[in-house]
Amino acid sequence: MQVIQQLAEALQKGDADKVSRLTRRAIEEPVDPKVILDHGLLAGMAVVGEKFKAHEIFLPDVLLAAKAMHAGMDLLKPLLIKEGIPTLGTIVIGTVQGDMHDIGKNLVGIMLKGAGFEVIDLGKDVAPEKFVKAAQEEGALVIGMSALLTTTMPVMKQVIDLAKERGIYGSVKIIIGGAALSAEYARQIGADAYCFDAANAVDCVKGFIVA
Amino acid sequence: MLNKMEPLLDRIERGEVLVADGAMGTMLFSRGLPHGECPEKWNLERPEVLEEIARLYLEAGADIIQTNTFGCSPLKLAQYSLDDKTEEINRNAVRAVRKAVGEKAYISASCGPCGRLLKPYGDVDSEQVYESFHRQLSAVVAEGVDVICVETMTDLNEARLAIEAAKETSPGTPVMSTMTFDDTPRGFFTVMGVSVRQAAEELAKAGADIVGSNCGNGIENMIRIAREFKKCTALPVIIQSNAGLPETKAGSLVYPETPEFMAEKARELLDIGVNIIGGCCGTTPEHIAAIRKVVDNFRSM
Repeated sequence: MQVIQQLAEALQKGDADKVSRLTRRAIEEPVDPKVILDHGLLAGMAVVGEKFKAHEIFLPDVLLAAKAMHAGMDLLKPLLIKEGIPTLGTIVIGTVQGDMHDIGKNLVGIMLKGAGFEVIDLGKDVAPEKFVKAAQEEGALVIGMSALLTTTMPVMKQVIDLAKERGIYGSVKIIIGGAALSAEYARQIGADAYCFDAANAVDCVKGFIVA
Repeated sequence: MLNKMEPLLDRIERGEVLVADGAMGTMLFSRGLPHGECPEKWNLERPEVLEEIARLYLEAGADIIQTNTFGCSPLKLAQYSLDDKTEEINRNAVRAVRKAVGEKAYISASCGPCGRLLKPYGDVDSEQVYESFHRQLSAVVAEGVDVICVETMTDLNEARLAIEAAKETSPGTPVMSTMTFDDTPRGFFTVMGVSVRQAAEELAKAGADIVGSNCGNGIENMIRIAREFKKCTALPVIIQSNAGLPETKAGSLVYPETPEFMAEKARELLDIGVNIIGGCCGTTPEHIAAIRKVVDNFRSM
């Protein structure tokens, strides 16, 4: 199982080539794909998340680790699907309509994938209709919305109102994040949680599964 | 007395503290810019609003007035499919400020991040980003500006490319360069992991004439950041703080720091030796007028 340990370490260093190589080797050995995922890729990503939370590393390191994780997942995903290994659930994320800021949202996506969730990233400038439709079609557990601008925050409420109209409010949880937001704002508009950073978003979503 | 003919750097050299203007974006929104709209689209459609804001800051006592060109690099404008209008949008912004302030204040060309991450973290090459800044800055320089302000940067490489593009376009135009730092348990870092010392040293190496910080979360943090800058560099330092982080009050957004509060804290920036003091998001002409007063009192002491 040394290869799994090495895989986790290569991922932390953001070495995508090495992660590909080691994932391939682990598959050939063969190591159970679920073990490669949990103890290799996700374990490595968890360390990255912790270090980022502690400000020991910064966004560039996380972005490189995420790229490395993708390199491994590309090889692993067909096997996980073949063996019917489920993800923890699907999360639909996006930056709300009118807002072009996606660095924070991307980071949330990385962290959620790193925690084992399936992430559907709708991008930036996402219309309310698109959020709700994607959540319905994908059977999402959670909708995650991001807004940096104080002027685009109100769009979040439009999404929530539309979710209510379509009858998915309550069954699909809604989380929000962005520099100008607060727990108070989340309550006002009827979101299930305000997440102050990407790691916190993962904790929130995990909380929903346990609950 | 303002002496427009004297170059900005000479006045700083003589020990004068200059006042820069306050926010642009939040002023535009309060004048009806719809959310989701490109703030620089008004350079094409509502130049009279830009003139009004420039005039208000001039009347408040600002020595340096910024153009509405923060997001006017073609890479950034492309997000709104306005990149083919890069020259016109930049030109109009400079013209509006010139019309309002004439020769009574320095015109500073704002140049913000391109909105994309450089490789290997993101998907754009250095060459693309350099070309993008170069195209924007060529347009503002052709129209005539007194200083270029490369601001709100978090990635040193991106800041470097913008400064180099500025110097290539117009070697004689001074460049101010500011980065935005977060307070972490290990000190101040940008989201990309740049420390104040690194910023001070590397921005200078890239050719910046004035370095410092803008945006952020409140003027009290800025005082600590300014102190660090002063320790790390002999270059003049500029500080443009937000009026704190916005809070929701009764459904609308308020920036918590009042003109009085910011002016009181600006006094500490003067003690530290900051050379240019202005405002960022949430600051208004009232904030700048209050800071002007503090700077004038300090000067007469």
